[in-house]
Amino acid sequence: MRGVKGLLWPVFLVARKDLLVEFRSREVVIGSAVFAVTLVVIFNFALNITPETVDILAPGVLWAAFSFAGVLAMSRAFVTEKDQGSLEGLLLTPVSRDSIYFGKMLALFIFMTAVEAALLPVFAVLFDFSAFSPTLVGAVLLATLGFAAVGTLFSAVAVNTRSREIMLPILFFPVVSPVIIGAVEATTGAIGAGVSAAGPGRWLQLMAVFDAVFLVLCPWLFSLIMEE
Amino acid sequence: MSPAPGTPAIEATGLHKSFGVAPVLRGLDLRVEWGRVLVVFGANGSGKTTLLRLLAAQYRPDRGRVVVGGIDRSRDPSSIRRMIGVVAHQPMLYQDLTCRENLTFFGRMRGLNDLPRRVDEALRRVGLEARRHRRARALSHGMQKRLALGVATLHDPPVLLLDEPASGLDQEALAGLRGMFSSASGGRRAVVMVTHNLERGLEWADEVAVLSGGVIAYKAEREGLDEGRFEEAYRGGLR
Repeated sequence: MRGVKGLLWPVFLVARKDLLVEFRSREVVIGSAVFAVTLVVIFNFALNITPETVDILAPGVLWAAFSFAGVLAMSRAFVTEKDQGSLEGLLLTPVSRDSIYFGKMLALFIFMTAVEAALLPVFAVLFDFSAFSPTLVGAVLLATLGFAAVGTLFSAVAVNTRSREIMLPILFFPVVSPVIIGAVEATTGAIGAGVSAAGPGRWLQLMAVFDAVFLVLCPWLFSLIMEE
Repeated sequence: MSPAPGTPAIEATGLHKSFGVAPVLRGLDLRVEWGRVLVVFGANGSGKTTLLRLLAAQYRPDRGRVVVGGIDRSRDPSSIRRMIGVVAHQPMLYQDLTCRENLTFFGRMRGLNDLPRRVDEALRRVGLEARRHRRARALSHGMQKRLALGVATLHDPPVLLLDEPASGLDQEALAGLRGMFSSASGGRRAVVMVTHNLERGLEWADEVAVLSGGVIAYKAEREGLDEGRFEEAYRGGLR
């Protein structure tokens, strides 16, 4: 019991600290939200989305916007800490690296979910679909968890490289492509007419398995990376 | 946490550390007893900061052994981090948190009891009581160094590791920093400081060492310092 508390309490502290810092600086959430809206507006005009094509195009547009906005958010997860030197201070505390990883991941998950929750109704109005479908909400939560799990790790890797802005998307997108594909397919199933419920369910399962694997793998790799 | 009786504060044996193909430390041996202040001098790039990071269990040595307060780094790095306080060249603070919030966050991460009292005491010790609700980014560099000093000593660590701690500090803060060394003379604490400032380093040291060529090239009591050998070792690092 003491072990679980010893792991969870620092997770809560790190996440709460990140949320407080974000509340004051508003660097991540506003930047990501503006970027996602801009992407959707550009896609809307570039692809000439009509009521006939919305079922086919909207899921792709939605997840392209969420994915790129997510990368923007995760790129800040360690950059500010590194630039301020506070990452070194954090690593000098006697808490386990797992706790630091899960704290940073939880904060990133909350930032990304907040941006998506704010934007989903906007997209729903723009593309005329229901934002409150359980399948769609499930897809958003599972995909965001996968993004946050992998993104926290690669953000920590990229921050120590010279070309960190380029390195993060190069590392991130190939690994999370199963999640993006799963999210697009599940969203198509959720908003598309005449698609059976069994289709999106399989994609949700795929994302759940991906999340479970990477929630075990990423903290372990994070611990190795953080001890040079 | 109090010093383990009968063991040196710090014992490093055969430390090797490389970054890529460039070796920084090549079999360094170092021993610091409780109650002593060791000041390590060395040219730029000689590995002083790397040495401190190895002692702080922040880096893993490629080879060799680090034991702090009787705890082997390879077995229990977390316990070593619990025993040490580190003041680095750059203040390790959250710029968007206030002085009080920075101290409280790091205190909670260390699981300290009686935290509000400790935080108030730390703020008073570093002269930031009046600025307790000011964000770190609104402080001057010197004030940030004071706050960093408060964070590093919040848990009253038995081992202090200081990397150019005096840079940016005014006379009052320097006196406060010097006061923290006094517990070393009582045998309760050990201090390792790396610096370029020869005058201050010699004034504060019980022992001096020169890091050159990846090893401790010279080590002596301050009182019995052989200036010729000290200079020779230091210049060896400049070549």
